[in-house]
Amino acid sequence: MQLYLPIAEVSVDILLILGLGGLVGVLSGMFGVGGGFLITPLLFLAGIPPAVAVATSTNQIVASSFSALLGHLRRRTVDIAMGSVLLAGGLVGSGLGIIVFNWLKARGQVDLLVELSYVLFLGTVGAMMFIESVNALLRARRPGARPKRRKHYWAHALPLKMKFRVSGLYISAIPPLIVGLSVGVLAAIMGVGGGFVMVPAMIYLLGMPTKVVIGTSLFQIIFVTAFTTMLHAVTNQTVDIALALLLIAGGVIGAQLGTRIGARMKAEQLRILLALLVLAVCGQLALGLVLRPSELYVVETVRPA
Amino acid sequence: MILRLALLLVALALPARAEEIVLGLSQDQVAITATFDGSDILIFGAVRREAPPPEAPPLEVIVTVSGPLAPATVRRKERRAGIWVNTEVFEVDAAPSFYAVATTGPLEEILTATEDLRHAVSIPRAIRAVGNRVSGAGDYVAALLRIRGAEGLYRYEEGAVDLERETLFRTALTLPADLVEGNYTTRIFLTRGGAVVDRYETVIGVQKVGIERWLYNFAQQQAALYGLMALALAVLAGWAASLAFAGWRR
Repeated sequence: MQLYLPIAEVSVDILLILGLGGLVGVLSGMFGVGGGFLITPLLFLAGIPPAVAVATSTNQIVASSFSALLGHLRRRTVDIAMGSVLLAGGLVGSGLGIIVFNWLKARGQVDLLVELSYVLFLGTVGAMMFIESVNALLRARRPGARPKRRKHYWAHALPLKMKFRVSGLYISAIPPLIVGLSVGVLAAIMGVGGGFVMVPAMIYLLGMPTKVVIGTSLFQIIFVTAFTTMLHAVTNQTVDIALALLLIAGGVIGAQLGTRIGARMKAEQLRILLALLVLAVCGQLALGLVLRPSELYVVETVRPA
Repeated sequence: MILRLALLLVALALPARAEEIVLGLSQDQVAITATFDGSDILIFGAVRREAPPPEAPPLEVIVTVSGPLAPATVRRKERRAGIWVNTEVFEVDAAPSFYAVATTGPLEEILTATEDLRHAVSIPRAIRAVGNRVSGAGDYVAALLRIRGAEGLYRYEEGAVDLERETLFRTALTLPADLVEGNYTTRIFLTRGGAVVDRYETVIGVQKVGIERWLYNFAQQQAALYGLMALALAVLAGWAASLAFAGWRR
């Protein structure tokens, strides 16, 4: 079944788009990543113009993240205090990120920078998570092995201490602010919600328990992507509501499924799967940069305003 | 001698000019609805003439349809430090979003290069004709033609025009599903021995209608409100799905 999209100005297969939305929704519910780093390239492949794909996927991420967040709220696995601190940092970071982005754009080669930072961050984050979770799984299998004691994080020595009850942490607000800020900068430059960087940062830098991390990441992703959607709608008019609705219909159902799958799995297993996914996307992007493309030229149609 | 040659030329030219196109279209408006999946347009017509047609060369028909013109950016990739990056850029000021040429025979046999240059019939000529500075950018224009050709946006359909007894002609043109709004200029050329004897031009209007039109205008004219609506729908959908699945726990 075909549908003509009013903003993208292409005709798409309804079932294909529903399926893409569903797939990314499952991942979003399982791992707490928005899925922006996955859905956008998938939409390119489906023939949607890049500008529309980027803008519309942010709108879809709002829906699937919200659906998944409600699932997490019911199971009380959202640290709203921590989420708010991260978000505060994140909004400042996005502002800074947009300034950096425009500065780089004026010097050209911003595309390359975006792709390189994807490869660099996805690669580092994926590899770190993979090694750590495999180690954790092996430790848990060894009979009689004691779980590693919680480290004394450097964050404990800083001022401005806050109690994050859901995470079971009593740490300074400065580290989460810095994490939020750095992820915000990255998110603005790379055009994603930043969940795939935020999740590992919360686990390894802030020492939050994995189960809480996912809900908390979703909480802040919703606000960041809502902000981005508005920005795209107002400046470029590239949000396609018909495309978004199809993605959302698939995505919200997928997200509910994903939340349930996630709840039944071990934290280490979840982390290994996310690590593999991140590494796969990284590998794909890296190959694209290194291999000789079959077509050396690219045509971009400039749409009249 | 010169006078006789001139007279001969006039005599040859006169019956040719006497051939005129009378055109019909199955539709001169294409409406893009939500279920739009491409459209077939039947272009047909007749050749009106005062005198009987000359014996030779045979009459040929060329039909071109050009979509609205829009600027395009062509980038070239090059390997730098082991990585393929976009290097040089060429801006094409105006390239048709769609261009199809349907003919009764091979284009280079039924149209001379001079006539192609004058009337801008073939795809490369049509692009050069709209005021693009393309000197020294042959590779980029070739890439544009190659890429759009592979996408089915620029195409030659040689032999797709049926011509009956040098008088009635018809062709069915398929407009793709990924159609851009605007005026599609349709031109018909009659040629004899590679020279154009008559041309006719008309316009097929392509427009979004109904909800497609409404959403497009809404997004353009009230962008902030449209953005808020998109967000509200997203939140509502997320909430509805969560409610629907609430009973299905564990």
